Parts: sequence; C-alpha cells; structure tokens
Amino acid sequence: MSDTRIITGNEAAALAVKLVEPNVIAAYPITPQTSLAEKLSTFVEGGELKAEYVRVEGEHSALTVCISASTVGARVFTATSSNGLLYMHEQLHWATGSRLPIVMCCVNRGVGAPWSIFNDQQDSFSQRDTGWIQIYCRDNQEIIDTIIQAYRIAEAVYIPVMVCYDGFVLSHTMMPVTIPDYGKVREFLPPYKPSVDISPENPVTVNPVFFPWRRENAEGVLCDGYMEKRYKLQDALLNAADTIEEVSTAYGEAFGRDHGGLLWEHMTEDAEIVIVGMGSIASEATVAADSLREEGIRAGVVGIRTFRPFPRKAIATALKKATIIVVFEKCVSYGCDGGVSSDIKSALYGTGITAPIHNYIAGLGGRDVKARELADAVKETINRIDSGRPENETTWLNCHTG
Amino acid sequence: MKTRDEYISGICTPAIGEAGKTGDWSDLKPVIDHSKCIPETKGKAACFLCWLYCPEGVVTMTIPVQIDLDYCKGCGICAEECPPNAIRMVRKVECDE
Repeated sequence: MSDTRIITGNEAAALAVKLVEPNVIAAYPITPQTSLAEKLSTFVEGGELKAEYVRVEGEHSALTVCISASTVGARVFTATSSNGLLYMHEQLHWATGSRLPIVMCCVNRGVGAPWSIFNDQQDSFSQRDTGWIQIYCRDNQEIIDTIIQAYRIAEAVYIPVMVCYDGFVLSHTMMPVTIPDYGKVREFLPPYKPSVDISPENPVTVNPVFFPWRRENAEGVLCDGYMEKRYKLQDALLNAADTIEEVSTAYGEAFGRDHGGLLWEHMTEDAEIVIVGMGSIASEATVAADSLREEGIRAGVVGIRTFRPFPRKAIATALKKATIIVVFEKCVSYGCDGGVSSDIKSALYGTGITAPIHNYIAGLGGRDVKARELADAVKETINRIDSGRPENETTWLNCHTG
Repeated sequence: MKTRDEYISGICTPAIGEAGKTGDWSDLKPVIDHSKCIPETKGKAACFLCWLYCPEGVVTMTIPVQIDLDYCKGCGICAEECPPNAIRMVRKVECDE
C-alpha cells in the first residue's frame, strides 16, 4: 500500500530528511524555510528522528556546524532561504573545497534590498559559482524524491548538493505526495563513508594553507598545490552529471518515479517552439505549451533540473530541432542576461544551433506568473521574429517600466 | 619520489615541515646575545619568556636557548618580550653580508 498524503513542499522536505536519517541537523529559521526547520525540530524533540539538532545563532554557523560534523563522518542537513543563504556564502565555498557531501534545501526567495519574502531564484542563483550541485524541483513529489537522491549523489561524488524549490509556490502549497517506503530508502541509500577517516588514531590537518606551487610533504610525497585541489573539484563536478543521471534512473527503478536526472522534456518530440525554465515556472510552462498546442503552435518544454553541473550536452540535444527558444527565468545576472539564458547560449556555441533565444525575466519577488501570460509571451516572441526581427532579446515580463 | 596526492581535499598529516620551511618567509631574524640571556647568566631554568611567547613554537626551553630558524617567521615577539634585551632582530640581508 502506498502512503500518499496531501502536504506542503516543506513537509515533503521534512519527511525526506526523516527518511535519510541524518546524524546532525543545524538550521536557522527564515521565511519561507521556517516550517521545514520547525517540522524537523518536532521530529527530533519527539524522538521520531534520532539526530542532534543544533540550534545556531545564524546561517553561517548552521553550515559551519554541518561542515564540522560531516568532516568527522556524520550525515548532515541544513536548509535556508534568501539572505540566509547569502550569509552562508563563505562556508558554501568551504564545504565544496572540503569535498563534504552536505545536503541543503534552499527554499527559493528573492533577496534584499528591498526586502521581499516572496519567491524568485536569485538566492541560489547567486551561489552558482560556489561549486555546489544545484537541483531545482518542479513539485512537492519531486522535492521528497530529490532529497533522498541528493544524499546518494553527494556521498558518491563528495560534493554538496543544494535542493532548490520555490518558496510559497511549492513550500506552502499542498499537493498529493507519495511517501517512499522506509525500508526501500535504507536499501537505496548506503551509510555515509567520509573520504578520509578522521579519528584520534588517524590525526590529520584539515585545510591548512596551500601554496601556489606543489609541495613535498614531510613523508617525501609531492602533494597538490591550491590549483590542483580546485581542478579536482571542477573535474568531479563535471563528472557528477553522470552520477546524477544514474541515481535518477536507479531511483526510478526502486520507487517508480524518475523525474529526469539533468533535465526533463514535455512534448519536445516535434516542437518548433521550445520553452525552457527551471523549477515551478517550467511546470507552469507545460500548461502554457498545452494551450499553445490547442491553437496549433507546436510548443514543448525543457525543464532544467540540474543547474550545476550545467547539462551542456543534454541541453544542446534537447534544443536541436527548435526554431525558436524562449527562456523564462526567475533570476538575473545583473549587468548581463538571465543566468539560465546565458548558460544556454554558452552551451549552444559551436553546435550549429542558431535558433533565436528570447529571454524573459519573470516573477521576481513573487510577481504572479500565469500560464496564460507565458503563452502570450511566447506568441509575442513568434510574432516579433516572424515580422523580421529575429535577434536575441531580454524582456522583463509584467514589469511596468514605462 | 611518490608524486601523487590521493586526497581530494586539503588533508595533511601533522608533521614538522608539512607546509614547507616557513623560516624563509621572514625578513628579520632573531640574534641572541648569550651574555645577557637570563637562564644562561643565572645558570638555571628561569625567564624563558621567549619560549613562552613564541607563536611558532620554535624556541627551546634549554640552556642555551635555541631558535629554529628553519621555521622562525621573524615576528620579533621574542625580542620585544626579552627583559634584558638579549634578542635583537637583524635584517637577513645584513646578516648574509
């Protein structure tokens, strides 16, 4: 009998964390992550989850606690949003450089200033270059499944994983979610083994200063310099794409749900117009694509699930037949384009794909984005290009700039 | 020589010289005037403020007091703390000359 409940995204996340049984949880409450942190502390206080819940004074400390615990072999979890994530920034780099398989939920929210408690993806997008794997979920079922997968990915490649999902749109919206079976999760997720066993019997110095040059250690071994260590991270992150695919497939076999490892596609088989998005806006885009189809426009959707490592090859394959590409996204690289759109352009360079890309910045700070509005924007793009203006363009959707 | 660092992260085994000979970072080096040094003039274990204050742990609590210049970073704290001013910080280039 499957256990299906109608729950919010944050409850789904909390139940996933309970199933993976972390040893240490450290989190500081921040909207819209708060109900996730609360639920986890309820599990721990009620004895349902045998974990150490460390109440910290801020997000920087939350991640530092996770880093310390993970270093000595604990499975750990933290979660945050918005400025809380920005406050962790320094430690995000530290976690990847230390190659610790920490799993974090980022419940996406716009960043200040000015203050917004509402959803966009500027928070996790701003942490793009910290070396974390970033996976974006489109619904609550995907949240619970992705967190379980995230631990298997992280612990296989020794890179932390940020599971991102849209604040309020998912975190506080109730949907039917099938809860994975406890026994099956145990089979799917072997116990965590740190990359180095650190104990009083095996004392080591962790992350001392590294020099520009390689160096001979006291035992006469020529060891990495700083640059070799950073290359190892990049190499592992690029190779992690295969692991993400494998884990997604294995999860599908074990639990009957494969959400797509790097990306997912909706009616792209014969699509001329391909809409690309990440997270819940991509989910919304499938409704827009369906309505465009009813009007005779051959539209499809590519949902980017893994933003880092960026799925260059998979994107190029998925967009091979597109004549127009429309990217809707909830983040901006200020002074340039939307971040997703820039990466897509970079991935298509040299592939022979020359379809124009129209980049829509949408839903910042929680501004509503309806499927109908996405469909209208796509039609506007088609009209513009058909009228002989095929340039790449960036438009802020529903933004009254007049 | 083994040339491969098997660690994926910044792991070192604690040992003398693990990070290389840090003494060559320094511009100044301490020179002890043993005729002024308290333990040496008194002939007994006394003072050793240089040993106590050295942030690098390169000063010995012995008679005579010795400083390991392979790892001394030349900070000059020992010279500052020495009650009889028995330690003088000297520019390395001047020493070499």
